[in-house]
Amino acid sequence: MITVKDLHKKFGDNEVLKGINCEIKPSEVVCVIGPSGSGKSTFLRCLNVLETITSGEVIVDGFNLNDKKTNINKVRTEVGMVFQQFNLFPHKTVIQNVMLAPEKVRKISSQEARERGMKLLEKVGLLEKADQYPSQLSGGQQQRVAIARALAMEPKLMLFDEPTSALDPELVGEVLEVMKQLALEGMTMVVVTHEMGFAREVADRVLFMDQGVIMEADTPENIFSNPQNERTKAFLNKVL
Amino acid sequence: MIGQFNWAGVLEFLPELGTGLYYTLLISIIGLLIGFILGAIFGLGRISRNKFYYGISSFYIEVIRGTPVLVQAIWIFFALPLITGYNMESVTAGIVVIGINSGAYIAEVVRGSVQSIDKGQVEAGRSLGLTHHQTMRYIVWPQAFKRMIPPLGNQFIISIKDTSLLSVILVPELMFQGRLIASNYFNAVEIYTTVAVFYLAITLTLSYVLRYIERRLDVQ
Ligand SMILES: Nc1ncnc2c1ncn2[C@@H]1O[C@H](COP(=O)(O)OP(=O)(O)OP(=O)(O)O)[C@@H](O)[C@H]1O
Ligand SMILES: [Mg+2]
Repeated sequence: MITVKDLHKKFGDNEVLKGINCEIKPSEVVCVIGPSGSGKSTFLRCLNVLETITSGEVIVDGFNLNDKKTNINKVRTEVGMVFQQFNLFPHKTVIQNVMLAPEKVRKISSQEARERGMKLLEKVGLLEKADQYPSQLSGGQQQRVAIARALAMEPKLMLFDEPTSALDPELVGEVLEVMKQLALEGMTMVVVTHEMGFAREVADRVLFMDQGVIMEADTPENIFSNPQNERTKAFLNKVL
Repeated sequence: MIGQFNWAGVLEFLPELGTGLYYTLLISIIGLLIGFILGAIFGLGRISRNKFYYGISSFYIEVIRGTPVLVQAIWIFFALPLITGYNMESVTAGIVVIGINSGAYIAEVVRGSVQSIDKGQVEAGRSLGLTHHQTMRYIVWPQAFKRMIPPLGNQFIISIKDTSLLSVILVPELMFQGRLIASNYFNAVEIYTTVAVFYLAITLTLSYVLRYIERRLDVQ
């Protein structure tokens, strides 16, 4: 599903990603952990070209993202993204948030988009909020809408950038629950997270990033119980 | 002198003042319409990555904001015909002046409002596969437009009052008519007070309408 070879990303002179290599298979759930500033968000954002790629090869669903001829909009329709700050459209109701892209990008009828949207809202447990505005919802509810909005495009791959970091602790669970469900249904997911419990329970693989490279990649059992890299050990000692 | 004013006498000049009001409104409405179009074009220029578009927009905005309306009016009405050999009627010139002048300020309003929209909104739109154009149209513009209304209303009011300066280029607007009457009949207090009330009536009505629109748009 994703192949990354020697990915480098620079902001001006600041090299943030210093040669990332990894392979993610369909239906795999990969959690990315690591200290602040290590480049986790940047890496994730390179996977749907919200950040331009400085050098290296990133292949997503068969598309070479570092090729000017690739239609990035087309790629993005297959790659859903969920942000830390939700980024719902405040001038649109919940159902309108979910319907917008399928209607405008996939060009399906308004009625079909609504039906699809309602099904997804039901799935994330927010059917009764369909006609409310985002500002009327709690953070946890907003994030679940954001997940439904991304799913409405029927993506093959979902990217999550610290989806629960902006939430009050008591609201984290409901969002993780939706994500867990998604993982069980076989969605390919890349999740940047500080929720080690989630990573341990749901991830097929955990990538530990530090200083712009993947220091260690392994199953959650191995990473959490028997980390090989000194930096991984130091990081886990701090957060666990 | 108190008590000697002849307020009833103002009624006699209502037709002239009415003509003035007509031109003030005409020039304000058409001028601001042009200003809105110019403002949208050059406001977008100021956020464009195209250097030429950006350059032209900045030049226009800086030149207009950096010179007085009065100078712009005189230049367009008296100097421009000398260069181009084409004479403009004073009312037309007045509309052009208000249009060009308000356009520069409205451009800054447009730029500010669009830039005030969180970039997470654009990222959310683009990550869903919307094109840049679709993201602007469905996500950024509707939100930016709402934020534009208060500063836009402010500019509308300033421009309406600026039309009073057009009397120097002989536009028969309210101020011009008032001055004409006052200098002939020596009733300056009554006439200028009446003129002031007319301006106030226009600007208060506008404020009210804008506040109504704002409230209607503020459904969430
Ligand atoms: N748009 C940008 N322009 C310049 N520098 C940036 C930009 N985005 C990120 N950076 C820099 O890149 C580095 C990595 O940032 P990134 O957001 O990828 O880290 P992160 O691992 O996600 O951290 P966190 O856990 O705090 O979210 C940081 O030093 C940051 O300052
Ligand atoms: Mg981050």
